[in-house]
Amino acid sequence: MLTQSQAADIFNKLRKSSSSGELEVTFSGGRSSLTRFANNVIHQNMTEENTSVSVRILKDGRTARATTNVLDDESLQRAVTSAENLAKVQEADPDLLPMPSNGGPSTTIPSRHFANTANLTPQDRASGVEKIVGTAKKHNLTTAGIFASAESYEGIFNSAGLHDWHMQTLAEISITMIGGDASGWQKFNSPDALHLDPLALAETAARKAVDSANPLDLAPGKYTVILEPAAVLDIVGFMFWDFGGLSVLDQRSFLNDRVGKKLFGDNINIWDDASHPLQTGIPFDGEGMRRQPVQLVENGVVRQLVHARSTAEKLRKSEFADKVGPVHASGHGFQLPNEMGEMPINIVFAAPANPQTVDQMIASTERGVLVTRLWYIREVEPYDKMMTGMTRDGTFLVENGKIQRGIRNFRFNESLLHMLSNVEAMSTPVRSTGEESFDMVVPAMKVRDFNFTETTKF
Amino acid sequence: MNEIANWALNIASLRGASYADARIVSHRNRALSTKNGKVGSAQDAESLGMGIRVIANNAWGFAATDNLTRASVEAATVLAIEVAHASARVQQEPLQLTDEKPAVAEWTTPHKIDPFTTSIEQNLDLLLKIDAEMRTVSGVTLTETGMSFDREETWFVSSEGANIHQTKFSTGAGYAAYAFAGNEIQKRSYPNSFGGQYQSKGYELIEELKLLENARRVAEEAVALLKADQCPEGTFNLILDGSQLGLQIHESVGHPIELDRVLGMEANFAGTSFLTLEKLRKLRYGSDIVNVVADGRQEHGPGLGTFGFDDEGVPAQCTPIITNGLFTGYLSSRETAHTIGETRSGATMRSEAWNRIPMIRMTNISIVPGDKPLTKEQLISSTDSGLYMETNHSWSIDDKRYNFQFSCEVGWEIKGGKRARMLKNPSYSGITTEFWNSMDAICSRDEWTLWGTPNCGKGQPQQTMGTGHGAAPARFKNIRVGSAFQGS
Repeated sequence: MLTQSQAADIFNKLRKSSSSGELEVTFSGGRSSLTRFANNVIHQNMTEENTSVSVRILKDGRTARATTNVLDDESLQRAVTSAENLAKVQEADPDLLPMPSNGGPSTTIPSRHFANTANLTPQDRASGVEKIVGTAKKHNLTTAGIFASAESYEGIFNSAGLHDWHMQTLAEISITMIGGDASGWQKFNSPDALHLDPLALAETAARKAVDSANPLDLAPGKYTVILEPAAVLDIVGFMFWDFGGLSVLDQRSFLNDRVGKKLFGDNINIWDDASHPLQTGIPFDGEGMRRQPVQLVENGVVRQLVHARSTAEKLRKSEFADKVGPVHASGHGFQLPNEMGEMPINIVFAAPANPQTVDQMIASTERGVLVTRLWYIREVEPYDKMMTGMTRDGTFLVENGKIQRGIRNFRFNESLLHMLSNVEAMSTPVRSTGEESFDMVVPAMKVRDFNFTETTKF
Repeated sequence: MNEIANWALNIASLRGASYADARIVSHRNRALSTKNGKVGSAQDAESLGMGIRVIANNAWGFAATDNLTRASVEAATVLAIEVAHASARVQQEPLQLTDEKPAVAEWTTPHKIDPFTTSIEQNLDLLLKIDAEMRTVSGVTLTETGMSFDREETWFVSSEGANIHQTKFSTGAGYAAYAFAGNEIQKRSYPNSFGGQYQSKGYELIEELKLLENARRVAEEAVALLKADQCPEGTFNLILDGSQLGLQIHESVGHPIELDRVLGMEANFAGTSFLTLEKLRKLRYGSDIVNVVADGRQEHGPGLGTFGFDDEGVPAQCTPIITNGLFTGYLSSRETAHTIGETRSGATMRSEAWNRIPMIRMTNISIVPGDKPLTKEQLISSTDSGLYMETNHSWSIDDKRYNFQFSCEVGWEIKGGKRARMLKNPSYSGITTEFWNSMDAICSRDEWTLWGTPNCGKGQPQQTMGTGHGAAPARFKNIRVGSAFQGS
């Protein structure tokens, strides 16, 4: 894998060879492997190594980017020339900022690189899959899923003197257990493979598949739902694009005219915090600015947005300057150039005052639905943040404080404003991962009047 | 390139592989965009690498490297064998690949203008003119345009003797106008949402799309939607424009016919399919006028699923999927074809890049247009009462591809055979087979367009693939409309 020292050499070489103007070079890559199983066998199994070098030129108010994974001198120089050619034909943009000379206030994150994860072998992953398949067979089920591991790096150097480098590892297991007309699912990831327990995940997924057999056809309508953490993150993840300052400046956010207003229940407190011990990811943004912790929502009121450097500058000069809360570069920008600005990607829900376990939520529910995961979530209406999607892989009827039986999957059409205003209980937030949104630290939630509009055939 | 690819095959053979293929891919992309009259993004990207796929000890292994030196390719090949041996620890049935005569061939996407020969100034000038035209409309609060070109050159060799050199081009462009006022954000896109129209063509596509000519109308419609009535709830006769029907085909025909889904191989992520094997040639998928093919051949047209050979080296083919309403075919591969009694792959194995495993992907899944002349306006005028919906806004379908809900950017009421009031937030939902059995009219060839879906996601790690969907406006009877807003 490319080292920070080798990356610095490439940057210095390109800096000497590029024409006048500012230069930014970012590096990303690493090794990743994924063992995939279905029908109780490994059917796909891959490993790859790649290095990407991305060059940004900034000259006379014009900027552009070119990327290559070929590291010979000719290819790297071609990337520089391509970026220069893309930049020079543009009209000058007076809003473009010079490259930053430092990443702003320093932040500290826990180590996210673990040698045991980096050193996982194909045999190690196959051994984990054997345990999962063994569990499936024990319960007369079939299983499908993945066991993946990766070691990766991200680095940035610019001609103003900024440089930063981050290395991390990640191991991940996802399991679906299938038995006739029912299924169950579990997924977990961590930088440290020691935190992955294939057997425990497999047993939980298997229990859901067994318990949801012969699903009942329940009429759609408004139900109290208990959303497990993966279901919560997959649906709430769709609103965080709108917490970027540029989305308000562009007037494409559901937070247009709403920052400072109470949109959610008193019990909703949300941070973006890259340094949180249960978070993963890179501590700097696309320009190399250090990601600062930001409280987005306080007691249901949207307090702050996140801002790339250029967004902060534009917002301060705009008609929205005093309508969007504190404005400062928070270290959440995407690589430039881009049209989307920034986004919080290290979401942490604050712990509730009186956390309840999922079992306690079930015990306090007279009639409701327990949801393991949500699927194919899409936005139906952008200002109410109305989302549609399906339940999947373990949906249960709860009555009189107990799980009664599995039910057929529902389609929901639910506003996130409505949902987060009707949260009756939350668990202690945990690191969670799904398929529709990015990983977060989220609680399970008990939500009243969740709107199921249709039932499917299984 | 062939020399280093064959080096990988030699190493694989020496290390005990019973089958191997090596695929070198050189990819180039240019992506340009504007927003509110300024350049939003200007990017070039290149990528080069090799993927080596092997069968050893009756199991699959795959490794990929971005370093095409002999030492690195050898190391990757040895790793692919090691991966296959690990796979063999959790196996049951022997792998069966259908026979395929090894092809030695060259193929290039037919194109008139290599898009990378056009100047960046020319590309940006067009986008900025479109952007400016949209911003002349009062009430528009955000404008976005985009254009992208891709060139993918592949060298494929296999231990069976295949040697294929293929160069594919694709081009795409589109734009959108947004209007925000009060408590509402509305949007109109052209020629399609989520990036526009994409085809396997050169720059000539851009010249055919009439982009600038439609910019003002599209922006005016975005603003008009703010004052339009909400689409009503209920059961209606529904006419869909070709682009929305293309996505309907993608989600409710294209995905459920993927044989890997049917066989459970995608159960953990993309899902499975309601089209279990016993339904082949028995299920009435749609009404008698529903005919769908999966056609990757050049003669089908310049779809994003058009190619010479798939990533297993099988020449592009045409498979009847729905024939006069009857379900007649799946998308298959060399590994899966035998499960439906076929002796040859349907040539659908494609991979996103050199570092991804080929998997069953849609080619061009297209509905056959009506054989009697019928324009969209004639279709509307033959509809006494109903709704017409245009341009996808959102799409969602369950993991067996049964229950779907789509919403469109704009709708119109149809009264007495005429387009009446504009309707905002139109949506419809249903069950796949019930929906296709309700189709009672489809426009003819003149209204048929081969739409491109550039962003189809599938697999783990997830791969994005372009697929083609030929479609013409069509009418469906008694469709549930507006349930998205039921109870809200």
